[in-house]
Amino acid sequence: MNERAIVIRAAVLVITFILIVRLFAIQVVTDDYKLAAENNFRREIIQYPYRGLMYDRKGALITHNDPIYNLMVIPREVDLEDSTVVIDALSLAPGDYTERYASARRFSRSKPSIFERQISPTLFAQIQDELSRLEGYYFEARTYRAYDHNSFGNALGYVGEISGRALRRDTTNYYRQGDYVGISGIEQEYEQVLRGKRGVSIKMVNARGSVEGDFRGGEFDTVPVPGQDLQLTVDLELQRYAEVLMEGKVGSVVALDPSTGEVLVFHSSPNYDPSLLSGREFSDNFLQLQRDTLKPLFNRPIQARYPPGSMFKTLQALIAMQEGVLGPTEQIYSDLTLIGDLAPAGYYDVIKAIQKSSNNYFYKVYRRVIMQGDHPNAFVDSRIGLEKWKAYCHQFGLGVPLGIDLPNENSGNIPSVATYDKLYGANRWQFSNFYSVSIGQGEVQVTPLQMANLGAIMANRGFFYTPHFVRQIGNDSLVNYERRIVGVDSSYFNVVVDGMEQVVAAGSGRRGFMRDIAICGKTSTVENPPYPDHSGFMGFAPKEDPQISIAVYVENAGQGGRAAASVASLLIEKYVRGEVTRPWLEEYVFRGEFF
Amino acid sequence: MVRDRLENKYDWVVVAIYALLVLVGWVSIYAADYDPDVTGSIFNISQNSGKQLLFIASAGLLITGIYFIDAKLFDTFSWVFYAIFILLLIIVLLFGKEVAGSRSWFELGSFRLQPSEFTKFCTILALAKFLGPGRNLDDIKTLSLAAGIFLLPMGLILLQGDAGTALVFTSLIIVLYREGLSPLFIIAPLILLVIFLLTLLVNKTALISAVVILTLLGIGLSLRSIKQVGIIIGLAVLVIATVQSVDFVLSDVLKPHQQRRITLLVNPNVDPQGAGWNVMQSKIAIGSGGLTGKGFLNGTQTQFKFVPEQSTDFIFCTVGEEYGWLGTTAILALFAVLLLRVLMIADRQKSGFAKVYGYGVASILFFHFAINVSMTVGLFPVAGIPLPFLSYGGSSLWSFTIMLFVLLKFDANRAQILGRL
Repeated sequence: MNERAIVIRAAVLVITFILIVRLFAIQVVTDDYKLAAENNFRREIIQYPYRGLMYDRKGALITHNDPIYNLMVIPREVDLEDSTVVIDALSLAPGDYTERYASARRFSRSKPSIFERQISPTLFAQIQDELSRLEGYYFEARTYRAYDHNSFGNALGYVGEISGRALRRDTTNYYRQGDYVGISGIEQEYEQVLRGKRGVSIKMVNARGSVEGDFRGGEFDTVPVPGQDLQLTVDLELQRYAEVLMEGKVGSVVALDPSTGEVLVFHSSPNYDPSLLSGREFSDNFLQLQRDTLKPLFNRPIQARYPPGSMFKTLQALIAMQEGVLGPTEQIYSDLTLIGDLAPAGYYDVIKAIQKSSNNYFYKVYRRVIMQGDHPNAFVDSRIGLEKWKAYCHQFGLGVPLGIDLPNENSGNIPSVATYDKLYGANRWQFSNFYSVSIGQGEVQVTPLQMANLGAIMANRGFFYTPHFVRQIGNDSLVNYERRIVGVDSSYFNVVVDGMEQVVAAGSGRRGFMRDIAICGKTSTVENPPYPDHSGFMGFAPKEDPQISIAVYVENAGQGGRAAASVASLLIEKYVRGEVTRPWLEEYVFRGEFF
Repeated sequence: MVRDRLENKYDWVVVAIYALLVLVGWVSIYAADYDPDVTGSIFNISQNSGKQLLFIASAGLLITGIYFIDAKLFDTFSWVFYAIFILLLIIVLLFGKEVAGSRSWFELGSFRLQPSEFTKFCTILALAKFLGPGRNLDDIKTLSLAAGIFLLPMGLILLQGDAGTALVFTSLIIVLYREGLSPLFIIAPLILLVIFLLTLLVNKTALISAVVILTLLGIGLSLRSIKQVGIIIGLAVLVIATVQSVDFVLSDVLKPHQQRRITLLVNPNVDPQGAGWNVMQSKIAIGSGGLTGKGFLNGTQTQFKFVPEQSTDFIFCTVGEEYGWLGTTAILALFAVLLLRVLMIADRQKSGFAKVYGYGVASILFFHFAINVSMTVGLFPVAGIPLPFLSYGGSSLWSFTIMLFVLLKFDANRAQILGRL
């Protein structure tokens, strides 16, 4: 054959071969184009689940979901001449439209982005018809939290769009941009059960972006699973009453059911309406709450640290008796020389000392606990004693977080060897350096929740259940919380409880006395120099069949027997009797003149 | 009796490949336009597949016609055909209908006809007529005449704005090569093309430095021959001029859409939503087919219309997506066999006219096939020329059918021609 004829044939074969190799490379070797094809025609439409509701212990609705709408945009399909319609409908500022459109376009030309978020149902009704006609826009229905009660935000927390940081930290890979997530409080703690499960429906779209049908007949579609409802332990009626009583005051009220650890009242004052943090105005409202000098966002019941004051004496007596350094009926003489005192000089036993709140008595008792003579050197002896004492405190849930089902619980402070080593140097301190701890001042700090729990321990005469907010998740009744024993004999508790009964019957707490409901409690007038004292009360009732334990702190309200004891007594009556029969006491609290 | 013998002399391998390609094309056109809500049967006349069936049927009529026409007619009247179509090209330039930026269509009722498609056939005939007796292509005058035969229609089509079709005529240089043209005429443009592409891909100063170094090296090695040094310096100047002209050609000579197509070839990821869309989607369609394809009517790229022009210039995507690498390779193999067969037929012709004609047919088919497929896989800029026998469209199917079957007619008649000599 002619040489040139061969060259031409060779050219045909070489080029065909090159094309076959090229096709092999893009069809068989790489998967890039298969993925690209899937990305082209698959569009995932997320179906958001219904977030679980919350009820109080009697079944009253606390929070529910309201519809809200996002306006979505698919830049590819948009006709820019429609922009004036959109600008008018949403009353956008000039320049806003261009900016949002450009940012959507940067994200993706063919995938939807949120153009305007959280449009209220009212506005939605007005603009729906007009905007739905336009190519490239559609509404996405979502729900946001709405509340049937305009307080209690400190416990409930709030729900908002997930932040970029939270998204990156989400190791479960569940969340996506635009998801709503519980950000604090119960909403955060029970996020997993409340959120439900997102559904997805995978559609096939054509090159124009319009839906052509279900991908593989809906084989990979998932139905959204609604979140589970929560029944809270809170008594909404009692909670409301606490809010009313605390109106205009700063402080906390925590009430527990001692027999279960269920939280009945959990009030931080001032509080805020949780609906402020739901929906469009979140940022503005949040900023405003954050700047408020009374710190409404500060969750006082678990975050505020107060010195316990005199209510701490009940604990000191229990520890001393259990350690065997104090007899239940032992008489100790108080001569008023050791520490400032409001109780008169004379002989005191446990009951009388608690009733009269004798500072000098508890100075001596605490010294016996700390300096038991285990070591001849007073400095070393104090170390040993302090360690023993601290272990009791931890058993009572002090100085450690109690483990309530809320985020950011503070553990308070129980001073330890390390505390004083740091303050004074190792072996350079002894009892006399921290005697004020004997009466609940000094380095010791507690949260109101811990004091309410101390009340529950008193009510139970020696044990408690971890305080918690949820009784029931979905249809499953919760929860067998473990009984936590504090390690002090119940016989010693009986002595202290008798003293606490006397406090209300014939002591500093008598303003809260009721003839038919035996309240056992202890008031605290917490020193807070240079500011006015805090008013505190810790207790439970009724004495023989405890139904409620309670701790009240009213900041800068003076004596514990006034503001705090009154508020506690009214709440106890309301809960135990079901009604309040002492309008004069209510009036006294409302008036708020405690000095 | 005579007819009987004629049938036996037809090359049935070519006929079979032709039929197979046309059939695959028809089915792929159906798939490319398939829409479960609208499309009915493949015979539906309101759809492209139904229309293509009409085109195929009329192609059958053309084949029958060619079968009965005396082959001498094409030989005798080749200049007349050529003249008529050159005239038509001029007329269409003046009165034609503009479709998608190029004025190359006659509108006859609802049908449109593209004379440039048939000009390919006539040009081959004319070239065959001219070169058939055997000419010396080293003679500048002869060469100019031969080149002029296809440069004239090429220029006219370029004026219509249909650069793709015009480019097809350059393939006829293969015919000239076969008839004795110096290979330099093929090698030199190829080298220039490579340099052109290199300029786009590589830093320009680096390229020029390389050329200068090579030139100095060349001069150093051939200092004894003044003539060689002259040639080397001349070549270097030419190369540097080409490099320097790239920007000018890109920005001033080519139209904007052509510029984009060329830059896209160099960097296919530029502007994937805009100008790169066709090539990107075409590659996605073919690439997502995998080894065995997604199956008939199951191509998502195809069905959801991600590839524009899919039933015409990008019909190969449908094959790639629905039948995979096995399908595309089969089609490429069919084309390769067809081309080799056509070349074989051309070489066994006794008359110079038929032989040159055969090479012309092979060149045109080869060019269409190679460029079209390269374009769909992103190896060549989007040129807008159909894949022979498969792409939707009457003009193109008819013109390729005529080209091929006239060759078969010549082949069947070669004994007679021999007899007459």
